[in-house]
Amino acid sequence: MKLLTDLDAIRTLTQGRLDNRRISGASGESISFRSVMVCGGTGCTSSDSNKIIAALEQEVAGRGIQTQVEIVRTGCFGLCELGPVVIVYPEGIFYSRVEVKDIPALVEQHLVNGKPYDKKIYEKTRQGDELLNFEETDFYKKQVRIALHNCGVIDPEVIDEYIASDGYRALAQVLTTMSAEQVIDTVKRSGLRGRGGGGFLTGLKWEFAAQQNKPQKYVICNADEGDPGAFMDRSILEGNPHSVIEAMAIAGYAIGANQGFIYVRAEYPIAVQRFSKALDQAREYGLLGDDIFGTGFAFNIEVRLGAGAFVCGEETALIHSIEGHRGMPTPKPPFPAVEGLWGQPTIINNVETLANIGQIILNGAEWYAAIGTEKSKGTKVFALGGKVVNTGLVEVPMGITLREVIFEIGGGIPGGKKFKAVQTGGPSGGCLTEEHLDCTIDFDTLTSLGSMMGSGGMIIMDEDTCMVDVARFYLDFTRDESCGKCTPCRIGTKRLLEMLDKVTSGKGTLEDLEHMEQLSLQIKNASLCALGQTAPNPVLSTLKYFREEYLAHITDSKCPAGVCKALISYEIDAELCKGCSLCARKCPSDAISGKVKEPYVIDKAACIKCGVCYDVCKFKAVAIV
Amino acid sequence: MEQHQPCSNSTIAEADRKLEQIKLAIDQYKQMKGALIPILHEVQDVYGFLPEPVLQVVSAELDLPMSEIYGVASFYHFFSLTPKGEHVIHVCMGTACYIKGAQGILDRLSTELKVPVQGTTEDNKFTLEATRCLGACGLAPVLTIGEKVHGRLTPNAVPKMLKEYN
Repeated sequence: MKLLTDLDAIRTLTQGRLDNRRISGASGESISFRSVMVCGGTGCTSSDSNKIIAALEQEVAGRGIQTQVEIVRTGCFGLCELGPVVIVYPEGIFYSRVEVKDIPALVEQHLVNGKPYDKKIYEKTRQGDELLNFEETDFYKKQVRIALHNCGVIDPEVIDEYIASDGYRALAQVLTTMSAEQVIDTVKRSGLRGRGGGGFLTGLKWEFAAQQNKPQKYVICNADEGDPGAFMDRSILEGNPHSVIEAMAIAGYAIGANQGFIYVRAEYPIAVQRFSKALDQAREYGLLGDDIFGTGFAFNIEVRLGAGAFVCGEETALIHSIEGHRGMPTPKPPFPAVEGLWGQPTIINNVETLANIGQIILNGAEWYAAIGTEKSKGTKVFALGGKVVNTGLVEVPMGITLREVIFEIGGGIPGGKKFKAVQTGGPSGGCLTEEHLDCTIDFDTLTSLGSMMGSGGMIIMDEDTCMVDVARFYLDFTRDESCGKCTPCRIGTKRLLEMLDKVTSGKGTLEDLEHMEQLSLQIKNASLCALGQTAPNPVLSTLKYFREEYLAHITDSKCPAGVCKALISYEIDAELCKGCSLCARKCPSDAISGKVKEPYVIDKAACIKCGVCYDVCKFKAVAIV
Repeated sequence: MEQHQPCSNSTIAEADRKLEQIKLAIDQYKQMKGALIPILHEVQDVYGFLPEPVLQVVSAELDLPMSEIYGVASFYHFFSLTPKGEHVIHVCMGTACYIKGAQGILDRLSTELKVPVQGTTEDNKFTLEATRCLGACGLAPVLTIGEKVHGRLTPNAVPKMLKEYN
């Protein structure tokens, strides 16, 4: 078992290593030791960052410079669009889209000769001949990293690095100097609200559970991140797993629980593996177990894998899933804080919520409450995706505007296209338009506009996105994920989807629009859980803000964005066509005919509208009409 | 449909080994509350799907009726009651991928492989599945074949990608 003094010793020993992973202003030959940080998040791992690490190790060993270089696999740097990302300290050189074949030259030029490897330097860090600190680029400069604070800085699989970065100091402070009431009071005063979608005050939830006079209570971490397009929880588990373990133990102390569960998606293998490893390390150090820091406080955590049910993000459904049943919600009250897992008081907190706890304890409630807006404190992590230049993960203070996130941090819309909509809150949220771009991002503003904060997915859509099709996409998702327990959700989402299908296939009527609005309100009002209560939001918000698109589908039989297959056809512009025959050769249904060097023609009766001709034409001669 | 093959000693040994592994897992989890789902994960890990005879064993060992096991197994997308092809293709249908043309990738795969979505090719080589968000939105549109991730795809890149597996 480790005591406080042991943690201090580890901190002293490991501190030097972390100090080198900062931009120091040194350059060239004056640097005797470099830290090469390679992103090991799911995005960069998918584009082979593991092979890059292997190649780096091999090249460094081959040149005999192992003592002058450390190679660290870190959590997510956030700028997934440019992955795999490699950052070299102390200069802080940011390399993007690195490939294995770059490694020999990168090692030779930068790590041996001290000159940055020009070919893969992130373009935005160039300013004339100078290299800008990457933290000063548009993507990073407005970000405030609290929940993501160790991601990209430490090796998540080395507990000593977490400890050196003030890890487990909050737990130590709580267990040795604070009462449970003081912990709850601190979290309450910080104003932290649940980051999973509900936005309920975390401290208040803890207080309810603490008030229950029962011998057995539970802490559950909800890592069943189900919103399509949101991956912040996964990134935290991958990049800073100990922060979640530490926070769960703090929550256990606050409410009087000694058992925790983490319910994590089975589809997140890297997160599961890193978290499980972190658990083993914490147990080995006695930071989980029967007598933590010799204070007599006991806390343990078990991992439970989710099995792919969106509804299990709902608290009561999640509880039933851990109990081994179908993940179907039950009415509240009783709230889980009173009667939860196996009938005992239980708090359920989302990963990102928990990742804030240690920082709040260390820096104080007032520090946290000073960030953000009056009713939405702190920061929020968003997963930027869709038609935006900088796809990735960003953490911004509450109260920032949508415009700043999309156009400054996100870099705007690629390909010179026009911004059309931003979708927040996933399947429970709504689509907002250009006129909302200057609205602030906080729980209450987003809800008042007909969307919601949700877990933090932020999908950007351009002029090529059909809003009716987007609504249909979300309804297809919620209909599929409805657990089937209550009728309004089970049948309502199905009927709503049928009407949307009618519109996208050009068979909709104006009456359908009225019925859709009516049915949406009925589903919202009558469904048992938040899945059904929010499922119609994508439909309602698009009907409200993009009604003219619905009308174009119905009255003009046109899909303005050129997406809905039943309403579009492909034509070859005879003037632009060079007669190269590529489209005819690629067409899977032999619908294109013509002579080489003469304009080709599409037989509309044979065309299956797969769009291959449109994609392959080098002369932009194929048009969607 | 399961194919009937002559049973050699090695396939029997293989079957015994797998069942032994499941029994070990059942012993490990049996005393734990909520043991069923972790055990189903183990069965799917070992067999690639949930074979009925194995679920009968789970039913007997946990003293749970088959109806309840079936209820749980059929509720969760992750569990499959039918066997899969040699390579399972998961096309991400998360919002970011959808907006960037995942439907086109899925359609093209369906045409190339001549199977509907959630279907398996006749030669048992590929199973085509549309899946929930894989969380690699920076690589959208993205799909996985086995462990390998293919990102930033276009429909036209599909035939070449499939050739890697032939």
